[in-house]
This record gives sequence, C-alpha cells and structure tokens, in this order.
Amino acid sequence: MRLQILDRGHPLRTKALFAVIRVVSRQPVVDAVKLAFYRPDFYGAGDLTHEAMRGPSDWSIGDREMMAAVVSQANDSPFCVAAHSATSTLWFRDAAKVTAALADLDTAPIGEPLRATLRMLAKLTSEHTVGADDMRAVLAAGATASQIKDALAVALAFGITARLANAFDFDVASPAAMAAGAQHLLRRGYR
Amino acid sequence: MTDIARLHRELIARVLGGGGTALPETRRAAFDGAGLNEPLRSLVDKVALHADQVTDDDIVAVQAAGLSEDQVFEVAVCAAIGQADREYKNALAALATATGETGATK
Repeated sequence: MRLQILDRGHPLRTKALFAVIRVVSRQPVVDAVKLAFYRPDFYGAGDLTHEAMRGPSDWSIGDREMMAAVVSQANDSPFCVAAHSATSTLWFRDAAKVTAALADLDTAPIGEPLRATLRMLAKLTSEHTVGADDMRAVLAAGATASQIKDALAVALAFGITARLANAFDFDVASPAAMAAGAQHLLRRGYR
Repeated sequence: MTDIARLHRELIARVLGGGGTALPETRRAAFDGAGLNEPLRSLVDKVALHADQVTDDDIVAVQAAGLSEDQVFEVAVCAAIGQADREYKNALAALATATGETGATK
C-alpha cells in the first residue's frame, strides 16, 4: 500500500473491527477493505458497488463478478482480477469457466450474450471508448438494453476500484485470503 | 438497478464537494483530467489512463510539491472516478444511439 494513511490512518473503532476480521477470518485484512473503510464519508463507493454487483439484474451474481474480473484484467489490476475471479469461481463452482473467460473470450464456455458483453466491457476499459456498433453487436448477441446498462454499472464501479487498487499498489493477498474475501463478498456484498 | 444513477451522482458530489482537504479546484481538475501542472498532471493522467504505471516516485513527487497523504488520496480518487464516469457516459450514449433512445442514463 503506497499511502500510510490507508494502512494505519483509520480511527480506533475501525482498527478494532480490523482486529476482529483478522481473528475471525484467520487472514490479514486485504487492502481493498482498508480503502473501503478509509474516510467513507469522502470516498465511500460501497453502496454504488453493492448496487451494481448485488442489486436486481437479469445477470447472475457470478456473471457480474466475472465482468468485474474482466474489467480488472483490462485495467491490469492483479488484485482485483484475483479477488473477483475467486468470487465468480465460488459462485459458479467452476474455476475452469472463469479461467477460460479471462484467457480467451472467443472460446470460453459461456453464453453468447455474456461473451459479447464481456468483449464490449474489455474494449471500453482498454480503449476508454465504445461506439454504437459495439453496442449493436452486444444486442445482436441477445443481451437486452437493460442488461447492457447493468453491465456498464459494473464497469463503472470497477473502473474506479481497479484504478485505485493500482494507484495505491494493493498487495495481492494469498489465495486463502482471497478465498475468505470471496466468501464474504457472496455472503454480505460490498457494503 | 434504479439506484445506480443516484448513487453515482452522490459519489461525485461527495468527492467534489466540501468534505475534502485538497482545494476544490484541484479535485475538480483531477476529476476532469485537465488543467493541472506537473507533477500532479502526470499522476492524474496515469491514474486515469494507465493506473498500473503509477510509481512510488509519482507519489513522492506530488508530496514534495506540498500535498499531504490525504490530499494525494483525494486527487487519486477524483481522477479514478472522473475517468470511469467519462467511460460510463460514453458507453451509455453509444447504447442510446444503438437503440434509438435519447438520454439513456438511468
């Protein structure tokens, strides 16, 4: 973590919570949690992220976690890729599916609406822009306009988070810590 | 996801509003990705477009220019939200064009 305030600048109440998390999970507090709990009155994107990832949608939670992983990969954010690959994998109970989606969207064993949506999100993230033809391709693959809007909300939330993870140099936690985080994200979400 | 538009609006209002320690015009410029001098400009550009390329030296440089850690935090947050906001609006506009809608923000 690049800024000391994000590591050690939390109020005592929050530090006590972190101690509980360490005891209960038997894992260190990951950097994403430290950021989420630092001055939430200023940044505090948890509600937005929770709504995008857990709010009502025709996409499953696993689909949206996979979108978060793909957006994170396009942002070159190893922490976020690991965290949301783990969460998507836990949802689907299928590590090969998530690994395949991150390796090659063209051949991954996923439905066409999701494939086209992930392709569009990756382009938006890496090129910072998409056009009407990109959206027509997603619609032609069977995704609805509502589903596309929901996917863009995921890209909005993780376009922020992945950039901050890189800017603040989040440590990629151990697989065990990421697995514990994934369980928490499926149980409780992002708030 | 009817709350997304409201939550998005509230997030932007918080980071650009009165609760920061960096000057409001600095946070606004970081959000817009425009109007900053070095070394802030380099940090903001990297956070927005190549956040994986941010280095310890980028942070040290803006601190040497007088920013506290909290101000660096705020500037980076504004830069990240600003770029994500531009991409989101660009994509919604593209979707609106593709579907023939107008004003497709939720």
